[in-house]
Amino acid sequence: MSTDLATRPDAPDDAPLIICEHCDSVYRRPSLARRQSAHCQRCGALLERGRHLSTDQLLALSIAAAVLFLFANAFPVLSISLQGLSNEATLWQTVEALAQGRITLIALVTGLSIIFAPGLQIILLIWVLVHARSGRIAPGFRTCMRALEHLRPWSMLEVCLLGILVAIIKLAGMLDVHPGLGLWAMAMLTVLIILIGGRDIRDLWNELGVPSR
Amino acid sequence: MSQPPYAADLGLQLCHDCGQVCRLSDRDCPRCDAVLHRRKPNSIARTWALLVAALIFYLPANLLPVMFTDLFGHGSENTILSGVIEFWKGGSWDIALLIFIASVIVPCMKFFVLALLLVTAQRRSRWAMRERARLYRFIETIGYWSMLDVLVVALVAALVQFRTLSTIEPRLGILFFGLVVVLTMLASMSFDPRLIWDAERQDAR
Repeated sequence: MSTDLATRPDAPDDAPLIICEHCDSVYRRPSLARRQSAHCQRCGALLERGRHLSTDQLLALSIAAAVLFLFANAFPVLSISLQGLSNEATLWQTVEALAQGRITLIALVTGLSIIFAPGLQIILLIWVLVHARSGRIAPGFRTCMRALEHLRPWSMLEVCLLGILVAIIKLAGMLDVHPGLGLWAMAMLTVLIILIGGRDIRDLWNELGVPSR
Repeated sequence: MSQPPYAADLGLQLCHDCGQVCRLSDRDCPRCDAVLHRRKPNSIARTWALLVAALIFYLPANLLPVMFTDLFGHGSENTILSGVIEFWKGGSWDIALLIFIASVIVPCMKFFVLALLLVTAQRRSRWAMRERARLYRFIETIGYWSMLDVLVVALVAALVQFRTLSTIEPRLGILFFGLVVVLTMLASMSFDPRLIWDAERQDAR
């Protein structure tokens, strides 16, 4: 459970400032325990959340996510059979199915949202976290962190998971549908991406004391 | 209850990429090098443009078929709505409802809410500012679930490929529908919710 904590200017006077990204209000950074979160007094947006996972935990989960990502992509997510014939689809084949003539553009968007964005998120997280673990700032740290910010809205594995569920029900009426190994890997990967893909990683800026230029 | 000060009044601005508090005179974030701006550049014009483009594409997205199904030599084309109706008649009202929410209600709500936010921000309205801010955060969270239909079509088209027996192919409508989702996502990203609050500041523009 998250405890709401309207941050007032009564936080310590020397605490660094934070600004609400939704309404431009300025606050002193509150110190939050693990399950606490601070919301903006003016607009109600989330300001800060007590960190859920430590650097070590984030790294461990990112490596687990990398393994699951390989499984989710290497094995078919669904297979079907019809009158003795069978067919299966991996994530990549799902994207390819849209790459037909005039509609190819939408295959790029789909590929970005279910393969490239999550994949890149995992790689960047591991790169940044491996260095952060020993207190170092990874080469290209700034670029990696900014890329992570911009990738976040385009990573849509959870939508894909729901899509698979709908596809199963859609096809189950006319033929036999079997979930594949890739589906289980993807389901677990989705949970991990939700855990590691959030804004926890932003704390590294302060923890590593990244200097201004 | 006293309200917190605005960053611009203290000569400060926020870096959107790393959360650093920067001076108004800084052009780039000193910490992460991202370009800074007090308000998202041309927010209102850009959001209108993307929103109108999305609205235009929403027509072919609904009128054109999104999928061609050929089952045992019996071919048919489905639009988004006819797909929903098919599920409904087939007895899976829950899936019909799910797709209807993701493909019709969510995009329409985004159109409506973004237009409302734009008009009120342009008129510098002080009406229900907190609620409008909440509406903005709401459409930002639900927006990408509209991709559901695109992914379903891709999945079934990838699976059902039995040459002469049965095939399912995507059709042009899905391109327009996907573009509507992308355009509305870009539109809500380019809207700056701080414009809602600028109405109560005298010197803001």
